[in-house]
Amino acid sequence: MNELIARYAPLLLQSLEETLYMTVFSTVLAYVFGLPLGVLVYVTKDGGIHPNRPLNRVLSWFINLIRSVPFLILIVALNPISKLIAGTSIGPKSSIFALVVAAAPFVARMVESSLEELDTGVIEAAKTMGASDLQIITKVLLPESVPSLVRGLSISAITLIGYSAMAGVVGAGGLGDIAIRYGVHRYEDSVMYITVILIVVVVQVIQSTFNLTAIQIDKRNR
Amino acid sequence: MITIQNLTKTYHTKSGEVEALRGISAEIRDGDIFGIIGLSGAGKSTLLRCIALLETPTSGSISIDGRDLSSLRGRQLTEHRRQIGVIFQGYNLLMQRTVSGNIAFPLEIAGVPKAEIRRRTEELIHLVGLDGKADAYPSQLSGGQCQRVAIARALANNPKVLLCDEPTSALDSFTTKAILDLLSDINQKLGVTIIIITHEIGVVKQICSQVAVIESGRFAEYGVAAEVLAAPRSVAARQLIGVGGAL
Repeated sequence: MNELIARYAPLLLQSLEETLYMTVFSTVLAYVFGLPLGVLVYVTKDGGIHPNRPLNRVLSWFINLIRSVPFLILIVALNPISKLIAGTSIGPKSSIFALVVAAAPFVARMVESSLEELDTGVIEAAKTMGASDLQIITKVLLPESVPSLVRGLSISAITLIGYSAMAGVVGAGGLGDIAIRYGVHRYEDSVMYITVILIVVVVQVIQSTFNLTAIQIDKRNR
Repeated sequence: MITIQNLTKTYHTKSGEVEALRGISAEIRDGDIFGIIGLSGAGKSTLLRCIALLETPTSGSISIDGRDLSSLRGRQLTEHRRQIGVIFQGYNLLMQRTVSGNIAFPLEIAGVPKAEIRRRTEELIHLVGLDGKADAYPSQLSGGQCQRVAIARALANNPKVLLCDEPTSALDSFTTKAILDLLSDINQKLGVTIIIITHEIGVVKQICSQVAVIESGRFAEYGVAAEVLAAPRSVAARQLIGVGGAL
C-alpha cells in the first residue's frame, strides 16, 4: 500500500490540483454569469418586482435547454469553441468553457430558488419605502438570501466536481481522468479507489465548510 | 388631509371577478388616528394596499393634500412613498440586519449621508424605547420589540402618514396596549396622521379618533370613534362591537 502511494503520489497530487483548478475556476465563472441570470429570472417572473413575461420565458427556456443536454455530450459539442478560447483541447484549461456553460444555468436555478425562499413581505416593505428595483435586489434580495446562497454555492461546487470528472474522460485531466484510465482501462482498482477517496474527501470538506459558514453568518439563528 | 374618492378595486381571478372595494370615500384630517375596522375579507387589506401604493385602484382616487397619487410616476412616486410609512402585521424586518441596520435602511435608499443616518437612527431607537438594542438582530427580539423596530423604520423619513396593517394582531394584549400607547404617543409628539387597519374593536377603543366600519368593500358606517362605539347604526358595526364587548 505504502509503495503504491509512493509510486502514484505525484500523479494523484497533480490530478487533485487539476480537479481543484477546474472546480474553483468554473464555479467562480458560473456564478459570474449564473447569479445575474438567476436574479433576472426571479425579478421578471409574474408577480415579481419587475415582471416581464417574454424575457422571463426566453431565459427560462434557455436555461432548461442547456440543462437538458447531458454534460458529456455538451462538452464534446462545445469542443471547437473551447479550443478557440483555451487555445488547446486537452488539459484542465480546455474544460473551463464547457463547465461554465453547463453550470451557469444550474447556478441560475439555485439562485432563483434561494430568492424564492424569501418572505415577499420584506420586498413589499422596501417598496413602500421607495426602494428602486435595483436597490431591492442589492439591498434586500441578495443580502437577505446570503445563507441560502452559500448553501447553494456548495451544491454547485460539488456538482462541478462531478462534471469535471466527466470532463476528465475527454482529456481534461483531473481525478476523474485518473480513475477511468487506471481503474477502467488498466484494471488497477487500488488507484481508482484512492482517487474516489480523494474526491469524497474534497466533497465532504466543501460541504461542511460551506454549511458551517451558512449557519455562522445566518442572523436568524440566535 | 387624505381624500379617498369613490375607490374601487376589482381582481380578476380564474373563478371570476372579485370586487374587493366597491366605492370607498373618506376624508382623513391631518393628525387624526383613523381606524378602519372590519372582519376578514371585508376589503380592509386591499384598501390599505391601495393607500400604500402597492396596488393600483380600478377606479376612484386617493389624494394627499390635493395631490392625486395615481398620477404619480418615477421619482415623484418615490418621493411620495417617503411621505407614507407602513408597518405590517408580520413586521417584515430584514432578518440579516441589526435593529439599527433596519432603521437605517429607508435612509440608505433615500441617499441620506452616513453621519446623518447614524444620528437619526439613534434618535429613533430612543423614540420607540429600544435603547440598548441597536446591535440586536430581529431573531433576538420579541414580537413587540420587532414591531417597535418596524415603527422606527417607518418613521425614519419623517412621513406625514403612518399606515398600520393589523399592527397588533400577532401580539398579546399587554404588548398590544404598549404598542398602541407608542403609536398614540408618536401621533401627539410628531403630529403624524395614523391610519390603522384592524379587526380588533379594542384597538379602536384605545386610540382611534375616527373610525370607519368596512363591510363587503364599502364603508357601512364612518364617523367619530366615540360616537360610533356608543351608538352603532350599522349591523356590521354592532357585530364588531358585540364581539369586542364579549371579549
